[in-house]
Amino acid sequence: MTSTPQVRKPRSGRPAAKGRVAQELAMIAPALILMSLFLILPFLLSFWTSMTNQPLVPRPTPVRFLGFGNYIRILSDDLFWTAMWNVTRFSFWILPVQCGLAFLTALLLHQKLPLQNLLRGLFFLPAITSMVVVCVIWGTLFQYPTGPFNQVLGWVSGGRLGPIDWLGDPEWAMFSLVMLSAWQAYGFQMVIYLAGLQGIPEELYDASRIDGASRWRRFWHVTMPGLRPTHVFVLLITTIQAFKLYTQVAILTQGGPSNSTETVVHYMVRSGFEEQKLGLASAVSVILFLIVLVIALTQRQLLRRFDV
Amino acid sequence: MASVQFRDIRKSFGAQDVIRGVTFDIRDGEFVILVGPSGCGKSTLLRMLAGLEDMTDGDILIGDRVVNDIAPKERDIAMVFQSYALYPHMTVEENMGFALKLEGRPKSAIAEKVRAAADILALGPLIDRLPKALSGGQRQRVAMGRAIVRDPQVFLFDEPLSNLDAKLRVQMRAEIKDLHQRLGTTMVYVTHDQVEAMTMADRIVVMRAGAVEQIGKPLELYDFPANTFVAAFIGSPSMNLLAGSVQDGAFVTASGARLPLPAGASARAVTYGIRPEHMVLSDTGIAAKVVVVEPTGADTHVLLRVGSDDVTLLARDRVDLAPGQTVHLAPDLRRLHLFGADERRIERA
Repeated sequence: MTSTPQVRKPRSGRPAAKGRVAQELAMIAPALILMSLFLILPFLLSFWTSMTNQPLVPRPTPVRFLGFGNYIRILSDDLFWTAMWNVTRFSFWILPVQCGLAFLTALLLHQKLPLQNLLRGLFFLPAITSMVVVCVIWGTLFQYPTGPFNQVLGWVSGGRLGPIDWLGDPEWAMFSLVMLSAWQAYGFQMVIYLAGLQGIPEELYDASRIDGASRWRRFWHVTMPGLRPTHVFVLLITTIQAFKLYTQVAILTQGGPSNSTETVVHYMVRSGFEEQKLGLASAVSVILFLIVLVIALTQRQLLRRFDV
Repeated sequence: MASVQFRDIRKSFGAQDVIRGVTFDIRDGEFVILVGPSGCGKSTLLRMLAGLEDMTDGDILIGDRVVNDIAPKERDIAMVFQSYALYPHMTVEENMGFALKLEGRPKSAIAEKVRAAADILALGPLIDRLPKALSGGQRQRVAMGRAIVRDPQVFLFDEPLSNLDAKLRVQMRAEIKDLHQRLGTTMVYVTHDQVEAMTMADRIVVMRAGAVEQIGKPLELYDFPANTFVAAFIGSPSMNLLAGSVQDGAFVTASGARLPLPAGASARAVTYGIRPEHMVLSDTGIAAKVVVVEPTGADTHVLLRVGSDDVTLLARDRVDLAPGQTVHLAPDLRRLHLFGADERRIERA
């Protein structure tokens, strides 16, 4: 025989509510402690550091409080604005290329194809390859003047288009980074799109076929509205990632040529580790945080409007 | 309005036959319900009629026209889905008018049609709402409105009430039946719920494993089930079916219980079928032990054990029984069903 567990009535009233709050606090404590320790505290520390002239390696002279001095210095530095302009430029290019590629591939792989799972795996492969490895491979492909890309270009154009210095020409360097980055990362967005596509009920397609919708109309009236929240999400994470562009720049161009690929994060790392100005670098990180925060809040607003 | 004919419809996925030669007609203006357990092929058959599913062999006719190779939109049908399948980004009005918009009808004509359908279904005040702002019953009504607006020859319903709660289901059942009576359009309706089938249909098609078991009016199926499957499927609580054989003018079950037979009963009966509502408690008769008593208010379901067989009794009155008690059952022999070794009904001599 098993005894029936006693079912307690939900407690109400003041003394009980007090106990419940304590219980709830205990429940969220682990997450709260970890987040405070590794997220909130470092951010507050870096905010504090950004107000000082803290160097990377401690010096005998005392650290001075500068107030918003670092911020004023950054905001009046042309190189910072070049970096801002570059990441904005990068975002505007990478959004259509990477998200478009991800969307088209997802649409293709959502069809009933033979070897569907194998194909999905293949298309996802670049996303699980380390960016460093991808950069080394693409660095070889980009080589000037005899790299594979230039050879193909010469062959396709019948020699009319000369070799391009993909990474060494200020006109081309950012474009080259866009291509490489989009190729490496589109697999991730593709998976999100695939999930979005699978979330659209099949009955909606059936209903629209009975309603007489053509393939195009079905795409326009069922698929696209069904993917609205996915589009918003994908566009915003891609933008945030684009603003944090660093690895490709650090490996392939170091911000050059002529600062044409300098980015905010690269600028921050340079200030902090090459110039050893930790206070200044912290200020850049706070500015970047604010930019990303604005993007994230925009995402929340848009998602709310689409009621997801 | 139009009739519908299924002629030797077959469908297989590889070696698996899911529809195995289905043939029957639906008359013009008739309300026919396809019923059967999950996976019996009823929804597949409906989707074939809609043109959403290919068939391996056979012909489907709507009116006099073979529609095998005709696209869904050309078939002059409208369908109501289990999940309602409303376009989430369109208002009620846009949802209902979408098919007409695709046909390129003028806006005023669409608005007029939509308004007329909304009036029929009492959707007027909701016309500007998005589906997410509607309750389940309202969504179902919009889905029906979308079908009505198209003025189709045949209405198709694919388990339209399965997502609704019990109370709403009863209400919508009556609404759909009323709609059929008002519009007079041919309706084909799929459900796994035999109560829905019994209460709404002009005729019921009972299916099992891709084949038709019996077609008939609801009460015909109830009174004269063609085989043990239909006997067990139609009616709630379902018919008591006891296995055994005829010996010395009585039916003897595997566990040795002796059940009375009417005079002249066939000796080849191997299944004894009696509905729970066709037995009464009496002083003499079949001895049975009470297992569970389930009062529903209007009547009482009593689960009993006769020998090693479970038997259900539906008592119209309130009964004062306790588990473990022994009672006696008297079956109404005029309403007894006997089935042979081939599971088929044995007609009275």
